[in-house]
Amino acid sequence: MILVLPVILPLLFMVVLIFTRRWLIFQQSFSLLASIGLTFTSLLILLDVYQNGIMSLQPGTWEAPFGITLVADTFSAMMMLTTSFVSIVVMIYSPGFIDRERQTSGYYPLVFGLLMGVNGAFITGDIFNLYVWYEVMLTSSFVLIALGGSAEQLRGSIKYVTINFVASIFFVAAIGILYGQVGTLNMADLAAKMRTWDDGSYINGALMLFFIAFSVKSALVPFFFWLPASYHTPPIAITALFAGTLTKVGVYTMFRFYSLFVVFDQQFWQIFILTLAGLTMFIGVLMAASQFDIRKILSFHIISQVGYMVMGLGIFTASGIAGAIYFTIHNMLSKTNTFIAGGLVYQRSGSYDLKYLGGLYKASPLLALLFFIPAMSLAGIPPLPGFFGKFFLIKGGFEAQQYFITAVAILTGLFTLFSMVKIWNEAYWKKEPEEVQIRNGKVHPSTITATAILAVAVILLGVFAGPVMEISMDAGEQIVNPEMYINAVLGR
Amino acid sequence: MLFLLAILIGVLYGSAVYLLLRRNIFKLILGLIFLGHATNLLLFVAGGLTSGKPAFIRGLQDEAIGMSDPLPQALILTAIVIGLGVTAFALTLVYRFYKVTKTVDFDELSENE
Repeated sequence: MILVLPVILPLLFMVVLIFTRRWLIFQQSFSLLASIGLTFTSLLILLDVYQNGIMSLQPGTWEAPFGITLVADTFSAMMMLTTSFVSIVVMIYSPGFIDRERQTSGYYPLVFGLLMGVNGAFITGDIFNLYVWYEVMLTSSFVLIALGGSAEQLRGSIKYVTINFVASIFFVAAIGILYGQVGTLNMADLAAKMRTWDDGSYINGALMLFFIAFSVKSALVPFFFWLPASYHTPPIAITALFAGTLTKVGVYTMFRFYSLFVVFDQQFWQIFILTLAGLTMFIGVLMAASQFDIRKILSFHIISQVGYMVMGLGIFTASGIAGAIYFTIHNMLSKTNTFIAGGLVYQRSGSYDLKYLGGLYKASPLLALLFFIPAMSLAGIPPLPGFFGKFFLIKGGFEAQQYFITAVAILTGLFTLFSMVKIWNEAYWKKEPEEVQIRNGKVHPSTITATAILAVAVILLGVFAGPVMEISMDAGEQIVNPEMYINAVLGR
Repeated sequence: MLFLLAILIGVLYGSAVYLLLRRNIFKLILGLIFLGHATNLLLFVAGGLTSGKPAFIRGLQDEAIGMSDPLPQALILTAIVIGLGVTAFALTLVYRFYKVTKTVDFDELSENE
């Protein structure tokens, strides 16, 4: 029964928070406690799944192919845990960064709406239900990105809403076609039936529509332009939450669907996905190199790093997938951390533009350190998790003899280092320029605390790379052998 | 019936894409609405459209005789409700955008002001 909690709890929290949204202190403290509770629940689920194998629940006692099934395997439990941990950090960070007006007009309930959608997408075992969770998540994110209603935000949100709506349409169309062909919506049942099918043309058509929908949501080439055009517009606490969770839900779903549904023409899909992964990595990092706004540099990096995750999927061996999963977890933490560290820079000097920044290392070594840790982690410098993530992926790539994509991954790593060093040089090392916007801005203690907590978590993820990798291997095995998932759900 | 619906879906998709590519943001919203309805109809057709006969997929052993599959309708209903919510939000967004910028032209969406 614990499996319903990741969805039910955020709903309850959201209801409580909606009715109390004018009481600022209550909102802040309740949200913090609630996200800690959510993390604890996810941890329990992860422990249970890791010990006893894939967990499934049939709410309303409708048997598996008929009702909506909830399933948690190791991968989804890991993703839920990371998401709710990121939400704790954002809850500590927000009171010090987001203005009072936004905080009391529904920011906190919306975050829990978002978490409900994200957790639901991780945990559901039914494709139409997945679509509904996607919409719950997206609707919350629509309102969050527009919350406050400045002209810049409105521009960003029109693009964001449009592209995501169109992607959802692709998603629904694919569900319709797949249902018309196979006649079931339960993922495990679909996968089991597809394995007895002899004609893959409809199924592959539907899968391509699914693939387009998910690559829009996870910002793969060529569908990534909406991300850098909208992510920099809301306050950076919201951007950090989006960066840590939303695109990764797309990646997660892609892993799940590939593992379960790619039965026909596997070679085509593998080459197709590896090609897009390589292009995404490389184009993302190249476009990041030409930007001067910290938020835009980091947004383009999200794209590049989604390429790494999808590369692990394209390799499709247990170790490649495990590397990708470790990389995803690392990325959720490190990416959120760089964004909120960028927020500290903004509080200190009133700008995200590298042209107006400088001398921060001299002015505040603590701020510099807090940015340095996640940035070097993203760039892949040894004791930090980014290094291990890339190492496991590249090792998986060599073992599977995918040399070309591995070479692209290594090259992209160099460029990532380049753009992290660029932010470092411009914002921290260079002399303070003449025309700065604020000279000694006040950095709120809660934002520093949140960034420090996340930086410690990033370091710990690197220190405990061995155990985390072991759990990821378990998850990778489950992804590569979809029979485990099918049998767990259908109770065979 | 199938033929008519197929043409209707095609026309709806076509006009949706045309509207999405216009420069006026209100027409963009109209395009989104059309796109949603075209897809709902697609779901309806793809779910099986045989009147007076059981609408389950041919070739299955456990065919229920004398019933039509109610699931696609349920799915469409859900999709309509979700689409309605998103459209309402998008309309509010565009209205607010108009209030702030005094225009509904796409050019206003570009970064450089």
